Formats: sequence, structure tokens, C-alpha cells
Amino acid sequence: MNGWSALDRFLRTDPRDVGCAQALDMLHVYVDLVATGAQAEAEQRYPGIAAHLRACGPCGQDFEGLLAAVCGETD
Amino acid sequence: MSAARLDPESAEWVQALTGNGLRRDAAVTRLHELLVRIARGEVRRRGPRLQITGPELEDLAYQAAADALLAVTSKIGKFRGESRFTTWACKFVIFEVSAKTGRHFWRNPSVPMDAENWDRLPDRFGFDPALEAEWRDLLAALHRAVDEELTPRQRAIFVAIVLNDVPLDTLVIEPSSNRNAIYKMLFDARRKLRAALAANGYIDPDKSRRS
Repeated sequence: MNGWSALDRFLRTDPRDVGCAQALDMLHVYVDLVATGAQAEAEQRYPGIAAHLRACGPCGQDFEGLLAAVCGETD
Repeated sequence: MSAARLDPESAEWVQALTGNGLRRDAAVTRLHELLVRIARGEVRRRGPRLQITGPELEDLAYQAAADALLAVTSKIGKFRGESRFTTWACKFVIFEVSAKTGRHFWRNPSVPMDAENWDRLPDRFGFDPALEAEWRDLLAALHRAVDEELTPRQRAIFVAIVLNDVPLDTLVIEPSSNRNAIYKMLFDARRKLRAALAANGYIDPDKSRRS
């Protein structure tokens, strides 16, 4: 990835992005779906949350942390 | 919601934690142990970036687990069974770790929060120094757009997060702020900046990547 694409990716916004409040409110539901191997279904059922988790660093961190927790990776 | 709609393990958690006596005490102890284990794993996972080690890391994990335990037991009536109980409960401890690590950065900033490290931008986005002649104008245009298109608050948030690498959660420390509000402010700033760069021909509005 070069600087142009990295900058473009950072500046690009997704109108489906639901924001932090809605994404975090449903994060446990989304993570349970992903943890059972249904990532595509999770993204299809909750496109606004998927868009948000891709763009928001802190919420993305929370998603990865919760997923690691429920998958037993943080033992 | 009725425990009858929950999976058996979640129903057992809810029944035990909303009950009385020894069964509830045992469930609270078990939940605390789970939350401590998750918190320790999460602070370790985030630790390298935050440079937290040793006793401070342990303290942060135990505080996060204690606060999460309080949140879970006080909000258990709001658990709707949309996920496993443990996933719902672990969410609280992840959020506590998030909030506490944000405050840690605020107490130990690596750069002044209001500094403007424009020289950091090429490295931040991976621009090749050998090709500076190609991207110098783009970054100058971005700098102009930041100065001319953003509100003072949007500009301050862009500077803190993008130029100074301040974690978004650290900015939430400020009074009457929250993660959602800061994110929305940055979201609007990103949209404005991209529109300005596209209007001046620096970025193709219909193309996601430029080779």
C-alpha cells in the first residue's frame, strides 16, 4: 500500500457507518456471530456496524478484544 | 427477558446472579474470576502500544474487572439474551480496559496534545521519501484544507489524532465528550477534507485507490 491509497482510505467515509454508540450497543451480538464463523452473515446482517468497525480504530480494538476473549485467545 | 429464551449456560448465569445466598455468591466469584482473566489478557494485548508493564498493568486489569463486575450485576436486568451471557458480560470489561488505557495515555502523553507534527504526515500514511516530488503538493493541499475547511473543533481533533497519534479515547477525557461525538467530528472532518482534495483534482472522487 502506498501513501496515496492509505490517505484515500483514511479520508473515505462510508454512509452506512452507524457510529460508535450503535456499534458498541450491538457489539456482543456481532461478536457472537463472528465467533461462530459467521463473519459474512454478521456483515450482511449489520452492514452499518461492519462499516464502522473498519473505520473506527477504538471500536475496532474493542471488537478484536472481545472476539479474542470469547474465542479463548486471552487465557 | 425470560430466562426460558436463553441458552442453558446463559440461563444458569442469569438465574444464579439474580438469586440469593451462596449460589449467587459463588456465581459472583466465578464471574469476577472470568472478568479478571479477560481483563489481564486484554491489557496484555493492548500493552505494547501503551507501554504499560508490571504492577501497573495488573492494577489496571483488576480495576477494570471490578468496575465491569459492578456494571454487569447492576445491569443484568437489561440482558436481552441476544448473545451468550458471557459475551455480553465480557463486553463490559473490554470497555473498561478501553476507557482506562485512554486515561493512561492522557496521564503519560508522548507528545504535547496540542503540538502540530505536520512532518509526521508522510510517515503516517506511508509516503515514500524518495518520491517526495510526487506527494509534496498533495500534502500541502491537505494542510490548506485542514486550515480552511474544518471548524476549530474538527481541526483540533484532526491534529490530535492524525498528527500527534493521540488515541481517540484519550480525547474523551474532556468534559461533556464521548467516543461517539469525537468519532462523528472526525468523520465529518474526513468527509470535508476528501471533498476539498477531490474538488482540486488531488483525489479521484470515484476511485478508491491510486497507483
